Amino acid sequence: MSVTVSTTVNGDSVDFVCAPDETLLDALRGRLGLTGAKEGCGTGDCGACSVTLNGRLVCSCLVLAVEAEGQEIATVEGMAAGETLHPLQRAFIDHAALQCGICTPGILVAAKALLEKTPDPSDEEVRYWLAGNLCRCTGYDKIVRAVQAAAAEMRRA
Amino acid sequence: MKSFDYIRPASIAEAIAAAAEPGTAYLAAGTNLLDLMKGGASRPDRLVDITRLPGLDGVDRLDDGAMRIGTMVRNADLAHDPAFARAYPVVAEALLSGASAQLRNAATVGGNLMQKTRCSYFADPAAACNRRSPGAGCDARQGENRSHAILGWSENCIATHPSDFCVPLAALGAVVEIAGPAGSREVALEDFHLLPDETPERETALERGELVTAIRLPPDAAGFAAHSRYMKLRERTSFAFALVSAAAFLKVEDGIITEARLALGGVAARPWRSKVAEELLKGAALERRTFAEAATAALAEARPSGDNAVKIELARRISIRALLLAAAGTPSRLPALPGSPLSSQYGDLANA
Repeated sequence: MSVTVSTTVNGDSVDFVCAPDETLLDALRGRLGLTGAKEGCGTGDCGACSVTLNGRLVCSCLVLAVEAEGQEIATVEGMAAGETLHPLQRAFIDHAALQCGICTPGILVAAKALLEKTPDPSDEEVRYWLAGNLCRCTGYDKIVRAVQAAAAEMRRA
Repeated sequence: MKSFDYIRPASIAEAIAAAAEPGTAYLAAGTNLLDLMKGGASRPDRLVDITRLPGLDGVDRLDDGAMRIGTMVRNADLAHDPAFARAYPVVAEALLSGASAQLRNAATVGGNLMQKTRCSYFADPAAACNRRSPGAGCDARQGENRSHAILGWSENCIATHPSDFCVPLAALGAVVEIAGPAGSREVALEDFHLLPDETPERETALERGELVTAIRLPPDAAGFAAHSRYMKLRERTSFAFALVSAAAFLKVEDGIITEARLALGGVAARPWRSKVAEELLKGAALERRTFAEAATAALAEARPSGDNAVKIELARRISIRALLLAAAGTPSRLPALPGSPLSSQYGDLANA
């Protein structure tokens, strides 16, 4: 059984063909060449595959590709405006909030979703809302600082 | 993942017809089902996607004062519905103490009820598990079983139901609305999850093809809003399943408890409501001594199923803590980010 899926990714209309047992993460990476979202655990624990589906932050490893039909998907590839990085992306560089980088795309997408709902979070709220994104290199302090710096900049803008 | 057919029905009737065939599973968010399918513990031949069915995502106050929550309502949406969180703060608190933002955004009301045990032997197709393969045996009995059941278990299965959400629902007397090939019916949430006994493979009261369409909180359930808490003990302060948890509800007049509800999570194959403890609390003053007696009564029949005797004492203590917090009053911030029993403060955000 193969299925044709019509969807929107980062604002672009996209069609692809997939099998029912492919995940959205498989389709993004394998069919569409968008390799920002990563497969860390494949079981919804690590958040490296985070994308938004109709504005909701989800683990794309636990969504079937066929479920994307008619939906709007946003990935880390859509965060920068051309050559201009998103404030969160700049803040992660400025605060060295990454080492190996595997978790970074998912954390950026998750942090963007957080700040859209909570533009002025406490450190505790940042930690709570990013609990679904695991980083095995940096520890989380720099990530929290980077998110807070980006949040402050976005509030000024 | 084993390959499967994917069906997207247009109506509940179509979904039920499609699910009548053996080997079919309903797909909601899939946060648990797809995970089990990847690991090989679940191997359906076809999935019936119910995520786009109309009429299953409402949160509605009914004329009689009951609250009806559609099966497709996402955990995050329910927890952040201000009117809902005001009336049922513990339900919101329990939802926010489970999983992660990503999973709560996806996971549904019905899926939460239908989720499988997190027993690692159930999830591992190479292990013996009576729940997954009837008659195969139970590797958990002689294995890593420190998080397993202390109430209602049998020689055949010592798994627990992992839900946070279902714990306050059981205490509040929630009702599960079900649609199926033989029509619609209702089951009390307390009776929805079956204890293992001789047939651990029968996990819920659902018959083949039946679909949970909604849960309903009875009219009196909102009466506990001022004095209720959910307390969860786990091995890290967020994003972990409960070792034990407790939902405590009090109605208080002039310092006297006029009605109480108490349910435990992580202790059995179903959320465990203790009516014995509730009776003990009724008419008593808000005293730690009374809470301790009630907690002891709630655990009177508990016995270890393995290397987990500690859970009996932990469940007793988490019950006392939940009752103390309920007596102190529901947090002003709603929905409350989950508190931690490891915190020395009782604040709204302590150790979120």
